[in-house]
Amino acid sequence: MSKPFLSIERLTQQYPDGQGGTLTVFENASFGIEKGEFVCILGHSGCGKSTIMNILAGLAEPTSGVVKMDGFAVSGPSLDRGVVFQNYSLLPWLSALKNVTFGIKARYPSWSADKVEAHARDFLAKVGLEGDVVYRKPSQLSGGMRQRVSIARAFANHPKLLLLDEPFGALDALTRGTIQEELLKIWSGTEQTVFMITHDIDEAILLADRILLMTNGPFARVAESVEITIPRPRSRTEIVEHPNYYAIRNHLVQFLGQRSKELAGQQSDVPDQRPETVRIDVSETETATEGSAPPPLRAVNT
Amino acid sequence: MLDNLSVNKRAAILSIVMLVVGLLIWEAAIPAQKAAGELTEYERLTGGGAQKAGVPPPSQVIVKAWQELSNPFYDAGPNDKGIGIQIGYSIYRVLSGYFLAALVAIPLGFLIGMSQTAYKAFNPFIQVLRPISPLAWMPLALFIIQDSEASAIFVIFVCSIWPMLLNTAFGVAGVREDWVNVARTHELGALKTAFTVILPAAAPTIVTGMRISIGIAWLVIVAAEMLVGGTGIGYYVWNEWNNLDLTSVIFSILMIGVVGMMLDAVFGVLQRAVAYAE
Repeated sequence: MSKPFLSIERLTQQYPDGQGGTLTVFENASFGIEKGEFVCILGHSGCGKSTIMNILAGLAEPTSGVVKMDGFAVSGPSLDRGVVFQNYSLLPWLSALKNVTFGIKARYPSWSADKVEAHARDFLAKVGLEGDVVYRKPSQLSGGMRQRVSIARAFANHPKLLLLDEPFGALDALTRGTIQEELLKIWSGTEQTVFMITHDIDEAILLADRILLMTNGPFARVAESVEITIPRPRSRTEIVEHPNYYAIRNHLVQFLGQRSKELAGQQSDVPDQRPETVRIDVSETETATEGSAPPPLRAVNT
Repeated sequence: MLDNLSVNKRAAILSIVMLVVGLLIWEAAIPAQKAAGELTEYERLTGGGAQKAGVPPPSQVIVKAWQELSNPFYDAGPNDKGIGIQIGYSIYRVLSGYFLAALVAIPLGFLIGMSQTAYKAFNPFIQVLRPISPLAWMPLALFIIQDSEASAIFVIFVCSIWPMLLNTAFGVAGVREDWVNVARTHELGALKTAFTVILPAAAPTIVTGMRISIGIAWLVIVAAEMLVGGTGIGYYVWNEWNNLDLTSVIFSILMIGVVGMMLDAVFGVLQRAVAYAE
C-alpha cells in the first residue's frame, strides 16, 4: 500500500490533569489524507479535533507520534500548510486587501508589488469581494465577509495542505450556506488538499470527500472514515435529493448521538488505530460496506 | 435659542461664559491700590505709600502677556530673556530626555513583554525604581554628570522611561495569540513578526504610554529647572517670584499649561493614527 500524501501516525496527546496524573486526549490516532482530497473531521467538543488541527498546522507539538507530508515528517508551522482560523484571525489594522497581500508577500517574496496585488484581488474576487470593499478594515466588514477574506488569504498562498478550523462556526446559518458554496467553488478549481473541522453534519456532507468520525475523549480515537458517495458538483439544494444523502446523514447522526459515547474511553490494544472505512451507497446493488453494516434509514430530528 | 445649536457650540458658549465670569470675579476681588494723594499723614509716615505686592488682576496679566508674546525671542542678558527662548530651552530638554528614554524603554519593553523570564528578572528593579521621584536623582546626577544641563535631561529621562517601558511591555504581552499564530503560519522571522505584527498590534498601548510620559516630563521639567536654574520656563517662574513680579508668574503658569496641552495634542494625533478597531 502506497503512503498517502498526508499521513498521521500514532499521534498521542496528553496533558497534565492538574492532580499529578496525565489526561490522554487521544492515543495512537492514525489516518491518511490523499492529495486533492477534502476531508472533514466530526466529533464532540473535547475529543481533540482542535489539537489535531494545531498539530497539523505546526502550532502545537504532540506528546508522541508523527505527521508526514509527502513522506517527510513535519515540525513547526510552514507556508505549505495554510490555516483558516475560526475567529478569522485577520490583522485588524490592515485592510482586507492588505491582509491578503500580507500572506502572498510571505509566500512569494520575489513577486513585484503589482503582481502581489493583482493576485490578491483575483482571489478576493473569487470569494465575491470586489470594488471598494477590499479597502475596508476587518472591523468594517461583516463576519461573513471577514471569513471570506480569511479564505482568500489561505487559498491565494496555494498551500499543499489547507487546514480549516471550524471556519463557519461563528456565522449565522444563511451566511454559512452562501460561503460554503463559495468555498466549494474556489476549491473545485484547484487540486487543493483540505482538512476541515466542523460541528455541522450537513456542512460536512456537502463539502467532504470523506468524513472522519471521532469518539468522545478522553482516549478519543478516529473510529470511522465515511466516504461521501454523492457525486460532485454538489449544491446545498440538490444533495438532499440524492438517495445516499439521508443514509449517510443518519449514519453520522447515529454515530455522534450514540456510538461516539459507547466507543469512548476504550483504551485500545492495537497500537495503530486506523479508522474503519465505511461506504454507504444505496444506489449500488445491496450496500457494499467494508466493516460495519449501514444503519437502517430513519427519520432524524436534529 | 440654544436648542438649535450643536453640542460643540453649546459647550463653546458655556466655556466662554465661564472664562468671562471667572475673570470678572478675579478682577473684582483685587482691592485697588490707594493713590498716594489719598493717604493720611500717619500712613505716609509709616510707609503706606510704597506699592504693596498683591495678586495682580487679570487685566494686568493680559497686558503682560501681550507685551511678552509680541516679542518672545529677545535676549537682554542672563536674567532677561523672552518667553519664547525660555520655553524653547525647556522643550529642548524635555524632548532630549524623552527621546533617550524612548530609545531605551521601547526595545526593553518589547523584550520584557515577549519573555516571561525577562519580565520576572526586570520586575523587581522596575518596582523599586519607578516610585522614586525623578527630582530625588538630581543631587546624584549633578555630582556624577557635573553639568546642570545634562542633569536636567537625565531627570527627564528617568521620569519618562517608566510609563513607556511598562506600557510597551503590557502592549506586547497582550498581543492576541491568533495574530502571532498568523505570523507563525506565514513563516515570518522574529524581526519581521516584531515589526509587521507585534508592533502595529501593540502600538495603541505603546503610544498611550508615550503620551503619559510626555505629560510627566513636562510636569517635571518645571521643577527641575527651578533647581538647576539658568534658563527654561521653570527657572523663569522662580526668577520672577524672586523679582516679586507676580504678573509674570501668572503669565508663565498659563504658558506652561498651553505648551503642555500642545505636547499632549501631538500625541493625541499619533494615537488616533495607530488606533484600530477589532
